[in-house]
Amino acid sequence: MEPTDGPLIRARNLTKRFDAVAAVDGVDFDVWPGEAFGFLGPNGAGKTSTMRMIACASPVTAGELTVIGMDPRTEASAIKARLGVVPQQDNLDVEITVEENLLMYARYFDIPRNVAARRTKELLEFVQLGERRRSEVEPLSGGMKRRLTIARALINEPDVILLDEPTTGLDPQARHAIWDRLYRLKRRGATLLLTTHYMDEAEQLCDRLVIMDKGRIVAEGSPRDLIARYSTREVLELRLHDDVRAGLHGQLDGLAERVQELPDRVQLYVADGERTLEQVRARGVPLVSALVRRATLEDVFLRLTGHTLVD
Amino acid sequence: MTGLLRVVQRNLIVYRRVWRGSLFSSFLQPTMYLLAMGLGIGALVDRTAAALPGDVAFLDFLAPGLLAAACMQTATFESSWPVLGKIRWDRTYDAILATPLGVGDIVRGELAWVALRLTTVAGAFTIVMALFDVPRSWTTLLAIPAAVLTGVAFSAPVLAFAARRSVVSGSNSFNTMFRFVITPLFLFSGVFFPIERLPALLQAAAWGTPLFHGVALVRGLVLGSFESWIWLVHLGYLLVMLAVGYVAALWMFRRRLHA
Ligand SMILES: Nc1ncnc2c1ncn2[C@@H]1O[C@H](COP(=O)(O)OP(=O)(O)OP(=O)(O)O)[C@@H](O)[C@H]1O
Ligand SMILES: [Mg+2]
Repeated sequence: MEPTDGPLIRARNLTKRFDAVAAVDGVDFDVWPGEAFGFLGPNGAGKTSTMRMIACASPVTAGELTVIGMDPRTEASAIKARLGVVPQQDNLDVEITVEENLLMYARYFDIPRNVAARRTKELLEFVQLGERRRSEVEPLSGGMKRRLTIARALINEPDVILLDEPTTGLDPQARHAIWDRLYRLKRRGATLLLTTHYMDEAEQLCDRLVIMDKGRIVAEGSPRDLIARYSTREVLELRLHDDVRAGLHGQLDGLAERVQELPDRVQLYVADGERTLEQVRARGVPLVSALVRRATLEDVFLRLTGHTLVD
Repeated sequence: MTGLLRVVQRNLIVYRRVWRGSLFSSFLQPTMYLLAMGLGIGALVDRTAAALPGDVAFLDFLAPGLLAAACMQTATFESSWPVLGKIRWDRTYDAILATPLGVGDIVRGELAWVALRLTTVAGAFTIVMALFDVPRSWTTLLAIPAAVLTGVAFSAPVLAFAARRSVVSGSNSFNTMFRFVITPLFLFSGVFFPIERLPALLQAAAWGTPLFHGVALVRGLVLGSFESWIWLVHLGYLLVMLAVGYVAALWMFRRRLHA
């Protein structure tokens, strides 16, 4: 049972079907102790379905899944005792106070009262909600609710923390507050498993990630690896008038490793964007605007799936 | 067992905020009913010749029936909207299922919670009945668990109903349930008049419905009027209904919350 040297979570050909829909279509991955592992993918990719199977909230349709050395089919309760879960949609208990949410959650885990009281106090400080401890849940802002949900997931000192889109729908300030808490957890050696459809979140938080699309894993690696493997270092984004674009006739040929046509722009994948831009100008292509940027996971995703991450 | 207790405990924390009002109304409701219907209508009814079974006064006939019906109503209410809210709107059960507790703990916990609530309702009702000098036998004390059983037997299938996947507007179907199931049962299960007053067909139908058995059981215990094994039929009916409802609730909850 003790995960001394194996992965904390191991999935092989893991599959989840809802009637005809294959929400998760045969995925393989390993999550190792102490790492922050991400699932990056667009809406409907199967991220939540995967998380719910790991959390023993949803039965596995086919394939193998081992969580902390145990089988979710037969040892759900023992697995759940050692997980912390932050679901996609907050499910705080709105009928009781902030503090009672943590205390009651501790009771579900059979944590002794004095320990629960101490952890509740510490965790509310950790997520900066100490002052709101006697407040109702309803009046809290979205970011505060999210932080409270994170605190609640930590009440049992879990071996793995599952976070399903921890910052979706939050304003930038609230997102940064959450990222900051997650960094701190990482530094303490926590194992994080998170899903996101924000590539900046994945790049900042994940040591390793898989890119998911339509229930399948299309690539796996560290953010840096993936960019190096599937993209050039820089991207030159060109915006052109439609008629110019229609009459290009190969004027951009040979300038870039790869050219990606998008509805509103053309992206040139190159090592040195500024130089390519000069070359484009030298060829006399009239531009509305041009932008050189470093490649991101978004480019990796586009390359692998042919569509953008956030629609 | 501890899982069940945790769910009860959670509901108790919420209930702690409203228990005063709730307890007050547990006494107020039966007092008002027994005053208005028992004494008021009873004064008229008792003067007519048509005798009630066992020659009891109308108040004595009515009170135990109302006790069983009150438990049915509290139980159905507690198992409908609040439970639907926890399934669908607040997702309270999803949160609980992320802990070592399972679906079975939730279903058993909610049933135990309803039983606890009903014990206070039935206890208060029995005290009020005693003040009106209704009880005829020491077996009145057994009427409290019998009334609780009546309520819980309703609670189980209503839990299953609340966990249906298909409903778009759950509260609408609860309205329908109250209007077309609970209210007719309340009126035609022998709470207000002996079912022997009904046409033969409806009498037979009444035997098939649960509240009739709850009323008969509770009334028999309060008035000490059981002379045969018939109480076993009433008890058996309620136990079977509870068992079937429990299995259905487990099945529906699992389908709904563990998909
Ligand atoms: N309970 C369910 N019943 C039927 N189909 C479902 C259910 N849950 C998910 N699906 C389907 O499975 C697929 C994957 O959904 P999932 O929620 O896992 O995706 P996701 O990557 O989490 O998406 P999002 O970014 O929108 O949260 C979708 O097509 C979805 O419609
Ligand atoms: Mg999702």
